[in-house]
Amino acid sequence: MHEYSVVGALIEQVEAQARAHGAIAVRRVCVRIGELSGVDRELLATAYEVFRERTVCAQAALSIEPVSARWECRQCGRELSRQGMLRCVACGSPASLAQGDEILLTQIEMEVD
Amino acid sequence: MCQTCGCGDERVVTVNLHERILKANDSAARHNREHFAAAGVLAINLMGSPGSGKTALIEATARALGSQGLKIAALSGDLATDHDGERLRAAGIPAATVTTGTACHLDADLVHRGLHEIAWQDRDVLFVENVGNLVCPAVYDLGQRANVVALAVTEGEDKPLKYPVMFRSADVVLLTKADLLPHLPDIRVQSFADALAKVMPQSRLLVISARNNQGMAEWLSWLDDRLAESRANSR
Repeated sequence: MHEYSVVGALIEQVEAQARAHGAIAVRRVCVRIGELSGVDRELLATAYEVFRERTVCAQAALSIEPVSARWECRQCGRELSRQGMLRCVACGSPASLAQGDEILLTQIEMEVD
Repeated sequence: MCQTCGCGDERVVTVNLHERILKANDSAARHNREHFAAAGVLAINLMGSPGSGKTALIEATARALGSQGLKIAALSGDLATDHDGERLRAAGIPAATVTTGTACHLDADLVHRGLHEIAWQDRDVLFVENVGNLVCPAVYDLGQRANVVALAVTEGEDKPLKYPVMFRSADVVLLTKADLLPHLPDIRVQSFADALAKVMPQSRLLVISARNNQGMAEWLSWLDDRLAESRANSR
């Protein structure tokens, strides 16, 4: 369950941002998690609940924005069906993932003096 | 001022970012990659289920490459034991085990620490044998040039569909234990290939047996191509 190590890295980043902005508390942390990122959103939320105690995130809500996978043709940009072969139906080129592998910290709401 | 909830509280600031949560691992991986390039060593991240034949594959590859005058080293990730490391050392391969405790995967920092345990710089190929697991290892860049996923013929033809993140990350998938195929009348290699094509854009499946060396020539030829790329890159 690598979600625990993802949360560990997330809290370290939030701590660094809070220090840099002179925050006295963090209210909300927003992340973006892709469908094909390998991170499970529910497990991430559970791990966050366990880890945030006694950290800068103790009072901070976690918002998780899901991103669905989208495959496109590398050559002609055509969007490809999610269930089919990962080859363009028009030109036969291999697909590339246009979105859906994100593991991103996108926003922090913090309280300053 | 708080932009999100509209509370108008001037003590609340909203900071917008676009940061990879695993950026510390990414920079450790970049560091490893620089080490590998400087030493001219091809680093392979070998992943797969427990029991998919990863250690046997490294042993067979060492034998085959050895006859071409090429040398390998190995780092094995293991939750609790040094068994794989012992096996590899017994086969004459410089090898160390990175014991991960409860962690289900290797990360770039663990690999970096493991590199201090073995003489790898004079080798041609370094195999990083990841913890047996089809989920977590796919998320962490270790600094490797290529990802290889071992999938045993007995694991089931739908494995790529069940673990799309792992198989999408693969540069090549090795269908291992092919010597068992004559005993598995219901298993079709084409079904593995079809499943793989739905999750891996440039799907590449090699059918291989570490026991009878079936498919070994194709695997060595794939490794040769990666070695050539790696050497061109480190010049």
